[in-house]
Amino acid sequence: MVKSVTNLGRTGAYDWLMQRVSAVVLALYTLFLTGFVLGSSDLDYAQWAGLFDQMWMRIFSLLALISLGIHSWVGLWTVTTDYIKPTALRFVIQAGCGLIMFIYLVWGVEILWGL
Amino acid sequence: MTTKRPVNLEISTIHFPIPAIASILHRISGIVAFVGIAFLLYGLDQSLAGEAGFAAVAELMTHPLSKLVVWGTLSALAYHLVAGIRHLVMDMGVGETLEGGRLSTKITFVVSAVLIVLLGVWIW
Repeated sequence: MVKSVTNLGRTGAYDWLMQRVSAVVLALYTLFLTGFVLGSSDLDYAQWAGLFDQMWMRIFSLLALISLGIHSWVGLWTVTTDYIKPTALRFVIQAGCGLIMFIYLVWGVEILWGL
Repeated sequence: MTTKRPVNLEISTIHFPIPAIASILHRISGIVAFVGIAFLLYGLDQSLAGEAGFAAVAELMTHPLSKLVVWGTLSALAYHLVAGIRHLVMDMGVGETLEGGRLSTKITFVVSAVLIVLLGVWIW
């Protein structure tokens, strides 16, 4: 059996579960934000900043950011592993994707707590 | 291997089954959404930077190019979300037959098409 060392959880079952748990978090976050934006007619800065000023919203947002990292790693790992066969090229692209995910995470933390 | 199998050389009759199209679109929309998140994070960053930043984002969103980028990103997210829900439903053992898979693909296409049009109406 060929063992992969670049997938998230070392086993397919773990990746499968992480992909779905993170998917549910991201779906809930997306639906919540959509509902908030649509629910507040004439959204202004005070409402918007007020939402992200709440501790629960920051926790929810950080959870979504971490889920984004997990979810995109599993997804992009699957896609790159399927289509990019030369190992060196695939490794470089996967590393690049990982770097972008890390930047998203740090950027998101900066947005949430750097107010 | 036996050579008696029928061979279809009629290229124009060969096409992806509809669930395969849903699958490749799920992958493409995932990649598009991953790239598009950068624009959404930029917008979030600016809009939370203060009254002026919020107004600047509102101003930026009047530009057709920004509307197109946001619409594209949100459309990819919408399709990815709907197709993802289809997967979760199938994980629970619902609609796992060939016919079930085809039907849920059609539902996915219709629902996400409606959402994408609504997003376009909302943005413009």
